[in-house]
Amino acid sequence: MIQFSGVSYSYGDRPLLSDVSLELHPGSFHFLTGPSGSGKTTFLRLCHLELAPDSGQLEIFGKDARSLGRDAIAQTRQRLGIVHQDTRFLDHLTVRENVSLPLVVAGRSPETEEENLAELLGWTGLADRADARPPELSGGERQRAALARAIITSPDIVLADEPTGNVDWDMSLRLLGLLVELNKLGRTVLIATHDLNLIRQVKSQVQARVLRIRDRTLQLAGTDL
Amino acid sequence: MIARLLRPRAAPGDAHRIVPPTGITAVLTAFVAATMSFLAVFALALLFSTDRLADRWGGALAQTATIRISAPPEQTGEQIDLTLAILKQTPGVESARPLTSAEKAGLLEPWLGPEMPVDGLLLPELIEIVETPEGLDAEGLRLRLRAEVPGAVFDDHGRWRAPLIAAADRLRMIGSGAVAAIALSLAAMVTLAASAALAANTRVIEVLRLIGARDHFVVRAFTMRFTLRALTGAAAGTLLGLVALLAIPRAPSADTFFADLGLRGAEWAVLLVIPPVAGALAYIATRLTAVRKLREMR
Repeated sequence: MIQFSGVSYSYGDRPLLSDVSLELHPGSFHFLTGPSGSGKTTFLRLCHLELAPDSGQLEIFGKDARSLGRDAIAQTRQRLGIVHQDTRFLDHLTVRENVSLPLVVAGRSPETEEENLAELLGWTGLADRADARPPELSGGERQRAALARAIITSPDIVLADEPTGNVDWDMSLRLLGLLVELNKLGRTVLIATHDLNLIRQVKSQVQARVLRIRDRTLQLAGTDL
Repeated sequence: MIARLLRPRAAPGDAHRIVPPTGITAVLTAFVAATMSFLAVFALALLFSTDRLADRWGGALAQTATIRISAPPEQTGEQIDLTLAILKQTPGVESARPLTSAEKAGLLEPWLGPEMPVDGLLLPELIEIVETPEGLDAEGLRLRLRAEVPGAVFDDHGRWRAPLIAAADRLRMIGSGAVAAIALSLAAMVTLAASAALAANTRVIEVLRLIGARDHFVVRAFTMRFTLRALTGAAAGTLLGLVALLAIPRAPSADTFFADLGLRGAEWAVLLVIPPVAGALAYIATRLTAVRKLREMR
């Protein structure tokens, strides 16, 4: 589904990722770890086509990322759900409207998916905040809303950058449970996190690979987690 | 519960809601559309009025002609009879009659005033001709009169009519130009407002792009928003223009231009076209701007 072949990426003169090769298979579950500034977010943004590799080849759904035009990138993103650390919403719309926005963009009617929407808002603990505006939400609520928005269309791949960074342990498990359920339905999940407890918890439920960015390269983490 | 169900949500049909409804560009677009539509009402009224004026001036004078008899008093009667006989045989003449002294005095009254005694003046005799709709052969009549009635001078009012028609045509051109200028100004202002709105909503566009919105979707969201604003503003401006037009006091004389300023009959229906045209202009201007801006954002 996503294949990195010798991909390198630099911010100006500073190389961040070097000769990264990886294949994310359909239905796989990956964690991406590494110290702050190691390139986890950059890796996710490459997967989401927000950045283009300096060198190497990146293929998404069998297509070379460099060959994709604006509309093709948009269509590819409709098959990807992403949770950024800096959650971004349309502040004049309600949480419900923001969460259902990917449905609107994909040409699906939120009205016909009302049941799913309500269930998702309930699962993420946002049922009673559905009519609030994003500026009224706490950090944790924003993260939960971002996760709900990322998975409302049941995308083929879910990319999440520290999705539980601002939520308590119970809610973290609840949110991860949601991603595990999606994975069991055949969706690919890639989560960037440095919360090892969380990784251990998920590994007890699904077969997850843990990747670590070290010295600008991607390595398969050992079993010492 | 009912209010909740009726509350509008972001759906394909109301993609424009994705663009924030507030901001100076919203007010600016509606205000400009209202102002331009208000002016368009008057420009159209001017256009129709000049059109009618040109028709009236041209039409009124085109259907009449005059023959002036300048002859020694002893020959005047004979020449009038001869002229009337010729006119009776001339195709295109519906009627012809000599003007009375009182009518001739009436023609001079605007210049000499009502108190001026004109009985003592030696005035030429005038024969008024009313033409049939087909008109007469002016040149043929002129030649015949020259040959048979030496004191008769035929005047088909051409030299008076030409500058009047030219003036009315010029006014009509100015009216058309004003309508075109108003339309262009509206398009220019909406373009500016749309550019400003797109620049101010970069974050909205980024969020939409991140969740997979194609350019077409973003363009539609902005064009819908601006078209609706322009439509609303234009409807208000047209309504105000209509009220203002009705409030213009009528001039007492029906012959003046100002007596004719306004719209008549079916012409009023043209006002219904203003809001859709303003909306269409806003749609085109916003669409072109949005497409261009999104390409720049690449």
